[in-house]
Amino acid sequence: MRALGVVAAGLALAACATTNGERATASSASAGRALPDKNPFPSTYRAYPGRPTAVRGATVFDGEGRRYDGGVVVFSGGEIVAVGGADTPIPEGVEVIDGAGKFVTPGVIDIHSHLGDYPSPGVPAHSDGNEATSPVTPQVWAEHSVWPQDPGFARALANGGVTTLQILPGSANLFGGRSVTLKNVPARTMQGMKFPGAPYGLKMACGENPKRVYGARNTLPATRMGNIALDRQTWAKAQAYQRKWRKYAEDGGDPPDRDLAMETLAGVLDGEILIQNHCYRADEMANVIDMAKEFGYKVTAFHHAVESYKIADLLAKEGICSAMWADWYGFKMESYDGVPENIPLVHNAGACAIVHSDDANGIQRLNQEAGKALADGRRMGIRIPDEIAWTWLAINPARAMGIADRTGSLAPGKMADVVLWNANPFSVYARPERVWIDGALMFDAADPARRPVSDFELGQPGEGDVK
Amino acid sequence: MSLATLAPLSRSLRAKSRSVGQALRSVSRLRSIQTGFGVAVLAASTPLAAQTVAITGGTVVIGDGSAPIQGGTVVIRNGRVVAAGSGVAVPAGAQTVDATGKWVTPGIVAGFTRLGIIEVDGVAATNDASGAQTPWSAAIDIVPAVNPRATPIAINRAGGVTRAIVAPAAEATIFAGQGAVIDTGADMDAVTRRQAFQFVEFGETGRSEGGGSRPALFLQFRAALDAAQRYARNPAAYDGDSKDSILPRADAAALAPVVSGEQRLLVHVERASDILNVLALKREFPGLKLVLVGASEGWTVAPQIVAAGVPVIASALNDLPSSFETLAATQSNIGRMRAAGVEVSIGTIDDDDPRMAIRSPQYAGNLVALTRLPGATGLDWNQAFAAISSGPAEAIGLGGEIGSLRPGRRGDVVLWSGDPLELSSAAEAVWIDGVAQPMETRQTKLRDRYATPTEGALPKAYER
Repeated sequence: MRALGVVAAGLALAACATTNGERATASSASAGRALPDKNPFPSTYRAYPGRPTAVRGATVFDGEGRRYDGGVVVFSGGEIVAVGGADTPIPEGVEVIDGAGKFVTPGVIDIHSHLGDYPSPGVPAHSDGNEATSPVTPQVWAEHSVWPQDPGFARALANGGVTTLQILPGSANLFGGRSVTLKNVPARTMQGMKFPGAPYGLKMACGENPKRVYGARNTLPATRMGNIALDRQTWAKAQAYQRKWRKYAEDGGDPPDRDLAMETLAGVLDGEILIQNHCYRADEMANVIDMAKEFGYKVTAFHHAVESYKIADLLAKEGICSAMWADWYGFKMESYDGVPENIPLVHNAGACAIVHSDDANGIQRLNQEAGKALADGRRMGIRIPDEIAWTWLAINPARAMGIADRTGSLAPGKMADVVLWNANPFSVYARPERVWIDGALMFDAADPARRPVSDFELGQPGEGDVK
Repeated sequence: MSLATLAPLSRSLRAKSRSVGQALRSVSRLRSIQTGFGVAVLAASTPLAAQTVAITGGTVVIGDGSAPIQGGTVVIRNGRVVAAGSGVAVPAGAQTVDATGKWVTPGIVAGFTRLGIIEVDGVAATNDASGAQTPWSAAIDIVPAVNPRATPIAINRAGGVTRAIVAPAAEATIFAGQGAVIDTGADMDAVTRRQAFQFVEFGETGRSEGGGSRPALFLQFRAALDAAQRYARNPAAYDGDSKDSILPRADAAALAPVVSGEQRLLVHVERASDILNVLALKREFPGLKLVLVGASEGWTVAPQIVAAGVPVIASALNDLPSSFETLAATQSNIGRMRAAGVEVSIGTIDDDDPRMAIRSPQYAGNLVALTRLPGATGLDWNQAFAAISSGPAEAIGLGGEIGSLRPGRRGDVVLWSGDPLELSSAAEAVWIDGVAQPMETRQTKLRDRYATPTEGALPKAYER
């Protein structure tokens, strides 16, 4: 986050300094040494123009747990300006929207999506999510598979109010590769969607998938113990690689050979790249936690995490988020113990809970997934207010993606990523009415001209339909 | 089950809010099967008895597309609905259940599923949806695959799903075999109607199973139906036992009632042109009693579907061009077909079909939400509920038996905490054939064990 933030702040500098693919950083320890460019595919996303806008009279969930009935949200210049109760002043000259009977939330953030990497149509030529040629591929970057014309992005925007999403490689590999965080704004290139300054994630996977994929080829790993063994061997190599480069940064001499796989892992060990770890079973998560301590890195979030409820206390203690479905169970052995109270149980233990999709349909209804989990929790006596539950879709995923200082809540100065819902978004009857991203109106249910249509859908049956 | 055992059950339903209405998407009681020391609470050994039950004071939904009735009463006797609505008298001696502030509906009829034939999709030994090694196809009867103790059956039961249309999956040919209608009751007698239909894959799946192209699959279909007709004319003369036979004898015998129209033919088809080609088959085989399954592009040819008089079981929320046969997919598909006059209901086609029929109310609720979205077409609430109750029942020819609370229907009744289509609502009590069902499941037991994640005086394995 820190390093990338610096780069994002100086895009022009980065652009002219990367002619040879490497660029000196400004750190004093490495003065004069050519260290690899940490941002060779920089974001070109720029916020679209928006009008200064105020929504008043709506129920507001601010994404950090606050609620304002009859509340006011003001944004201008792409940023949130003010949020509060009915007495919040509305500046002169802004467009005022009557939100009576409606709800305003920060945009939904999906921490686990494969849009663009497994796009629609799901033909083999589009299957770009798993580099399943080796169980260890931290050198691949999901962003290089993202097809910006995936029609799924627009569905997530219009039906789901999704404004930010993390695209992850698949889970065939132990080390699947780097993730990329995108603003959900249509663009001609991946770079045009890339969230400026967001840190990279590294997708890792526990359990059945790696051992099945590689065990079937009679190669390591064929077992869970094989999974961990190869994980640890790889981390040990990464530590050696990190030492080599640190020595070079401090002492100079000939630069070590670059190894793109190790470079990603060293980024994790340096704390710059966040671990997003696909893991279902409680016992396996505990093993991963110990492994992370052994090698000195931190797991930011367990994904799918269907058994997080069994070790919610441990996850709370370790400060690890769980990104979960509401009610998936039983589709594979490691999902057999899924319960619909997983999310509220994790939340109730004081651990960080996130609702994720991992699905091109589910991403269109994350609000409903949260609504189901909320209701199931309440039925077992876990009484979580609506405005707290919205953190599962907002500030919690933002934190786990390292972007909470920019988005994830309706706080002054943050990106104006805002959804106006026509009813309580935890109701099955609610739909996004308008969605703003960085203050620009990117979807308006009442205006077909504010409904994005990807290149793929042009000239096809149903082009520009409500979908 | 005797009245003595029923009473504590319903008492616990009211008192223990934790296990009460653990509804939508919970449940299962597989532990007894796994460990063998069966908590055979209501299972095999104990014959279940249907009581006379009167559920009073609730908002009653008949399920036939009519509007909910406030303060209604539902009476079930001898496993059947006697009456439902306002002004219904409570028979003397009936067990009464107070539904004030709650909703009472027919059980959900899951429109298209693989419920009960798969325990865990990823565990091949528990997945009986299809077989790669068998020489037979159309003759396959799904009934031996149905395990009434399958975890997903219990979970769906506790979520208010009381009946399901269960189809085999196609593998060797376009014909998957004969599907059944089942109930989800906690007993070993699950089959409501066996050999209820034949299921066949057209479109992209069908082309790959039918020889690699759409023309090849149409040829396979025609050749098979021709063979079935030859069989029907003279079974003794039918040469279906040789290896070179175009259609094994058993398959020909199974397809004979499809050609004659005695058995429904459920056809999975998505693309508009495929839909029209399937409808055109009725010209060659006039007896066919078609039901379209899927039909993501159905709205673009809705008038032709209406003209053919063919009902449709569709996925409610498919809105992605996930393949080239669903380019026109939209959540308004069902609403637009309905508006054009198509008899359309909701199923879970290739959509977690072994497990997630419990999402049916959510799907129906989403179609109601569309009615407030400019440019979209949804269903009004009454139509939406019918699309997950009487709609699929009628599509499969069982509207006189299940899917509504009209007099004489099976006593499949669900008591909901609120509007059954709303996410915050849950099934609080379920009756199937008039028998009160257990609401405890494997999921509720896991939930209760880990309500507090830390161990107490003994390990978690001692808590239950």
